[in-house]
Order: sequence, then C-alpha cells, then structure tokens
Amino acid sequence: MTKFMRRALETPKELAWLAAKAALDSAEMKLDQIDGAVLGSAPDAFDGMHMKGEYLADGCGGWRKPYLRCYVGGGTGVYAVAQGWFQVASGLFDTALVVCEEKMSTCQPHPQAAFISIFDPFTEQPLKPNLLWIFALEQNRYMQTHHITLEEIARVSVKNKRNALGHPSAQLGAEITVKDVLASEVMAWPVHRLMVSPTSDGAAAVVLAAGDVARRLTSKPVWIQGVGWCLDTAYWTNRDLYYPEYVEKAAWMAYRMAGVKEPRREINIAEPYDPFAYKELHHLEGLQLAPKGQAPKLLADGVFDRDGDLPVTPSGGLLGVGNPIAAAGTMKICELFWQLRGEAGRRQVPGKPERGVAQAWGDLMQVGTVVVVGTSEPKH
Amino acid sequence: MTHRTIKPAPNIVQGTPLDAKALKRGKIFLNSYAPALRYTWDTGEAMGRYLAELKNGRLIARSCRKCERVMIPPRMFCERCFRPTDDWVYVKATGTVNTFSLCYVSWDVRRLKQPEIPAVIEIDGASPGMGILHLVRKVAPKDVRIGMRVAAVWKPPAQRTGSITDIAYWMPINRRSQRTVSAK
Repeated sequence: MTKFMRRALETPKELAWLAAKAALDSAEMKLDQIDGAVLGSAPDAFDGMHMKGEYLADGCGGWRKPYLRCYVGGGTGVYAVAQGWFQVASGLFDTALVVCEEKMSTCQPHPQAAFISIFDPFTEQPLKPNLLWIFALEQNRYMQTHHITLEEIARVSVKNKRNALGHPSAQLGAEITVKDVLASEVMAWPVHRLMVSPTSDGAAAVVLAAGDVARRLTSKPVWIQGVGWCLDTAYWTNRDLYYPEYVEKAAWMAYRMAGVKEPRREINIAEPYDPFAYKELHHLEGLQLAPKGQAPKLLADGVFDRDGDLPVTPSGGLLGVGNPIAAAGTMKICELFWQLRGEAGRRQVPGKPERGVAQAWGDLMQVGTVVVVGTSEPKH
Repeated sequence: MTHRTIKPAPNIVQGTPLDAKALKRGKIFLNSYAPALRYTWDTGEAMGRYLAELKNGRLIARSCRKCERVMIPPRMFCERCFRPTDDWVYVKATGTVNTFSLCYVSWDVRRLKQPEIPAVIEIDGASPGMGILHLVRKVAPKDVRIGMRVAAVWKPPAQRTGSITDIAYWMPINRRSQRTVSAK
C-alpha cells in the first residue's frame, strides 16, 4: 500500500501502480503471472474523472487482461477482495490482483461537497444535507438507545490514533486523550472533530491465488475463509439506525462460509470500519463480536486493545491511518495479512492470531461487506 | 519447499505527500476544471403525487396490503414484498423526533455559528419507524430531544413549489396539541 496522505503528488493512476507493484513485489510475482485484475474505487465525483475504472486500469495491472471495477460505496475496499476471490474460487483464474485507490484531494475546496449527490434528489437534496448529518443522526440514535456516553465513544479515537503510530502509512497517528477528543470542535453534535476520519489520497492492493498456487508462492499463505455482503434499503429514514442489521447479515454469510459458529470465540482479531469513532463500536455489534450496546464497555475494559482478548483495529484504522475510501477497506485486509503472518512489526498483536475479520460499510447507512481470513485452509 | 518471507510493510510504503509549502513554491504544475453540469430529475408517479400534495400543504403515504405498512416517502412498489403498493393514505403533518443532530457545518463545508438541526421525524399516521429527513427550528439547540413532538410549519401557499422545502421547517408542539401550524 501507499502512504495515506491529505494530498499526494501522484496521480490516481500512479497511486494505483505504486500499491499494485508493492503487492506483486512482496509476493515476488510479475504481472504476467496475474490472470485478472479488480479495481475498487469510490464515486467518480472525487477525481472529476468519469469512467475512472477505465482510466485506472493500467495502474491496476489491468492492461490487456480481464479487468473490472466494482463499487458498493464505502464498503468497496473489503468487497473488492471478495470480488477477486469469486474469480479465483470459481476456478476461472489462478491469480487475481485486487487494487483499491482513492484520490479525494482533487475535489476542491473539500470533497465533502461531492457527497450531496448521494442523497435523494427530491426528499433530501433540497434540504442541503452533508455527510456529517447521517453519521451524527446515527450516533445520536445509537447513544440514546443504549445510554452510551461521549467519553465511551471518544475512547475509540484514542485507541486507533495510538495504534496508528506504529503504521508506516499513517496520516494521523497520535497520542491523545479522551479529554482532547471531547475538547475538539463539535462538527455535528454528537460528532466531535477528533471522532472523524480525515479525507485522504492513497491506494492498497493484495494478490489472491488459488490454493495450489499460493502454496508454491509461500509456506505461510493467508486464506480467505469466508466472504459476505448485504445491502439494506436506501430509505434510511425508515429504519432504526441504532443497529446495522445489514452488517449482521453480511457477517453471518461470511462466518457460515468460514465455519465460524461462535464469532466471539473464533475470531482472534478484528478490523471493523471506523470512519467515525462510534462506527467501530456499532460495527463490532453488527459483527456479533459484542452484544448490542455492550461494545463501549468492552472497549473501556481493554478487551479491544492490541494486547486485549480481542484486538480491534490494530492497524490504527481510518481514524489513524486515514480514509482514502476504497483503499481504507483494503488496508484492513492488508493488516490482517501481516498480523496473521506475524509480520506486523510494532503493531503485531500477541498470541499468534489464527483468524481475523475485516469489515467495511457505506452508502446511506446501507452496506455491509465482510471478509474472514485465517491461517488454515477453508474446507469449502 | 522454501519459506519465502513476504517483505513487511515499512519497505513497501510509497507515495509523496504534498503540503501547502510545496504548492506555494510553485514547482508543482496543476490543472483545474469546474464542471458546469445540470440535472433534471423526473419524479415518477409516487414522488410526483408526494410533491403535489406538499404544494397543497399535506403529507401523503402509500400502503402495502401485504405487509400492512404505511410508507413515507411514498413508493409505487414495496421493497419487502416486491409487489405494487396499493393505496394512497394521507398522514399527519406532525411527528416525533427519532434522532437529530446540531450541525455546525454547511453542505459545502462552511462553518455555521448557529447550528442547523437535521432530524429524522417519525410521521403520525405512517407505520412505526417511518420517518423523513427534515429540519427542526424554533427551539434552543440544547432543548432538542429524541422523542420530542414536532409539527410541520408550511410556507405560505403562494410560495410553495411542490418541493420538500414547502415545509419550511418543523417546530416543537405541546404534547396535547396535535394541530399543524402555518408559517406567517
């Protein structure tokens, strides 16, 4: 993966190339060993480049290959890995290169304005909504339903930004306190500035291979054990936002495939999507890794620390490493890869984790995408 | 079989961050484009009726006889039953705040001194949990609560255009009073 940064000198295509080449180099492979390529990238509006899938193809190693772009909003970065997995698991290809790229800085003065067109043109756009609204509305509903405090939410920012200090790609690693978070500017109550991930430029990539090919490449392959995804209705004001049912459905799809019956016992490490601090807790509950409303307590008890019972977001997440939308989801898959191989350096969680889950989320509180990876070959 | 170690992260991280100083030095060439795009959305049947009724100062929903939901915003097919919806149902222009925010940032990222109060408002007469997005005003930000009862404040008829903004905003109502209010 590339560094995640507020504004990169490199073009989107160059960022994709840097990440793709790094993934190939680390697997000691050449592009001609890749059968098909998959791109994940968020709305064209950020780049101002229509057909950006086609524009980015060269950077993704897609030259004269079966290549496609996939997109499910913020859920894209984890979904793209599932998309690559279909191609290999179906037997169609031996290898696939999955690249996720985002360059948000192109949209001036701030990419936020590009988000207005995700809202319904009749019932929502005339009210001039921004993206903070929906997060703030959801966080407020979540807090009210379970009597969660702002201090409990702020702990996510503290943990993730601290974890990110060990990540060489990180944009916003920092040692901060709960007090700092609560003293930061209120953007859209109850969301404070330090509870929000930054806008970023960056790219991340992974190489997928069929089992026999992977075994020839390395004695320590990391296996995709299960994939799942689910979309709820875009009528987001007709749902109770306190709980992401679509994440639960996506998670069970992936767990069933992976043979996971008791997620809290069988998942050793989790990388849930954390574009906003409360989202990590919300998603841990959707992922069945905490009972409804209990994730804040487990966080406060240290369960989710890097050396806790269930390390959560040891990468530093979107809050710490950064949030180039699709690339951020793939960064989480990269983290699990390094963690499960014992190669995460300063970020390494203790105890030789054997199985992890990565999850991304997106659109109008609507999409859950989940990938379960592990050190043992799945039976399916 | 030999064990090949895949290189750890620090060796493969690349990319060149730019900062304001680098840009100021003028050594970096840039190109800009401001798209002049305009879109006109056709309403379809359900949204067309919804907007026409907003112009009349009324809220209308659609019901599905199979799942027995009264849905707002109205739609011509039920996404759950995947069949056509059945009936038009007038609902009240009063409701309950399901969730809200106090937002200090405009849609195009300008800071606001006085927060906007976006809220999901569950509409009286629609199925439980059926809310719409709108704005609450005429209340001190610190006094807004989930569960607060609110009523639509309509623009004067002459100013209505068949838009969700024909409701100027929503304001708190007395628990006992269910009547709607008109904007002056």
